[in-house]
Amino acid sequence: MMKRNLTTHHSATLSAMERQEEDEDRVKLFGFWSSPYVYKVEWALRIKGIQYDYIEENLENKSDQLLEYNPVHKKVPVLIYQGKPIAESEVILEFIDEAWKHHGDRILPEDPYDRAMARFWVRFGKDTLSPPIWKWFTTQGQEQEAAYAAAVEQLQILEKELDGKRFFAGEKMGLVDLSLGPFSYIIPIYEEITGVKLIKEEKLPSLLAWMDNFLNSSIVREHLPPMDKLKLRCQAIREAFLKNTN
Amino acid sequence: MAGEKRKGLQLLDFWVSPFGQRCRIALDEKALPYEYLEQDLGNKSELLIRSNPVHKKIPVLVHDGRPVCESLIIVQYIDEAFSSSSSLLPSDPYARAQARFWADYIDKKVYDCGTRLWKTKGEPQQQARKEMVEILKTLEGALGDKPYFGGDEFGFVDVAFVPFTAWFLTYERFGEISVEKECPKLAAWAKRCGERESVKKNLSPPEKVYEFIATLKKKFGIE
Repeated sequence: MMKRNLTTHHSATLSAMERQEEDEDRVKLFGFWSSPYVYKVEWALRIKGIQYDYIEENLENKSDQLLEYNPVHKKVPVLIYQGKPIAESEVILEFIDEAWKHHGDRILPEDPYDRAMARFWVRFGKDTLSPPIWKWFTTQGQEQEAAYAAAVEQLQILEKELDGKRFFAGEKMGLVDLSLGPFSYIIPIYEEITGVKLIKEEKLPSLLAWMDNFLNSSIVREHLPPMDKLKLRCQAIREAFLKNTN
Repeated sequence: MAGEKRKGLQLLDFWVSPFGQRCRIALDEKALPYEYLEQDLGNKSELLIRSNPVHKKIPVLVHDGRPVCESLIIVQYIDEAFSSSSSLLPSDPYARAQARFWADYIDKKVYDCGTRLWKTKGEPQQQARKEMVEILKTLEGALGDKPYFGGDEFGFVDVAFVPFTAWFLTYERFGEISVEKECPKLAAWAKRCGERESVKKNLSPPEKVYEFIATLKKKFGIE
């Protein structure tokens, strides 16, 4: 199974220059343990069977390297390929699909129209679905109720699009699945913390099944964030937001 | 009539929309004939609602009856579906990733900040002005000394950003930002792009953009 390599693995007989070249050739990923965007990239690398070095960032004290590689957004994930950085998870996913075109499964479909549709649903997840879910999780009272209703409305649109398929991409997971994938473990955590069910079987059966398919897939189940730690973090985030609005 | 799939390309659009203009420019760069359908955004057509039921927004490209939404998705679709004519995106995966990164940056930053520039006053406007200068300088940095963002050829990032050059005058008058002064290389790039047929034909005249925003401001009761 693909593991994160924390050190390069070569003998001392390599010359300094060879070591530098080798080092430059290694794929690296700057990440943060709880970031869903980082996980999307890691699952994609696993789909393609790509070995990589993982560098954990402390987001409260970002490394000089990260700031040098992503001066514009100063965020993770950043993928380093042949010494050159690529930032923004969706950009990285498409890059992985193209750079390792002949490795593993396709991440984006081949047909231009299907590709456009995949990109549309990725954007939907980011711009239309995420905000009300986040709002629902970080508010209370009327504001929370309104956000809940908005989230359910968007989830129903997604439910219709999924329409009983195993994955959004069909039999195997693809770009949309990777992009929406973190919801499959984040939403249950949010539900547990708020005590409210967002994805109900009666209303969103395909999505519920998809969440299960996603979490149990061989690629994903081998690599998920530590759930207890994540739940504590989410709890702290919710508390901080509620405190701020009072 | 209902089941018939219309052949060819139609673009559902709104005249001043920089997002729509991206699509028009891309279509012209690829020499693709299409039918332009101006939409009334205050009274959305059945065609628009049917073509983009999720967002009900323009632009929408309809190709042989099938709709594609979101301007940058449309531009990439045009590039991929009509790959025999000159490419808007480079062929190298790393270069493509860089192009997508900058197009995404433009999408995330320019329109929102530009809107705050003319919609707000006082402190929020000062903040927007500061941000816009930073955004423009960042883009100027990405451009460097190249003739276009893509290098020697007009490409994806140029298409993504060029419609906003028609808004520079509006930013100047309402936001007191001189692009010429703050980012001379960017201003030169804008002029260079303006000499292309596809850009000349499809950008709104800056004075028209200004008039449009001035009317909106009155409508919203700003200033």
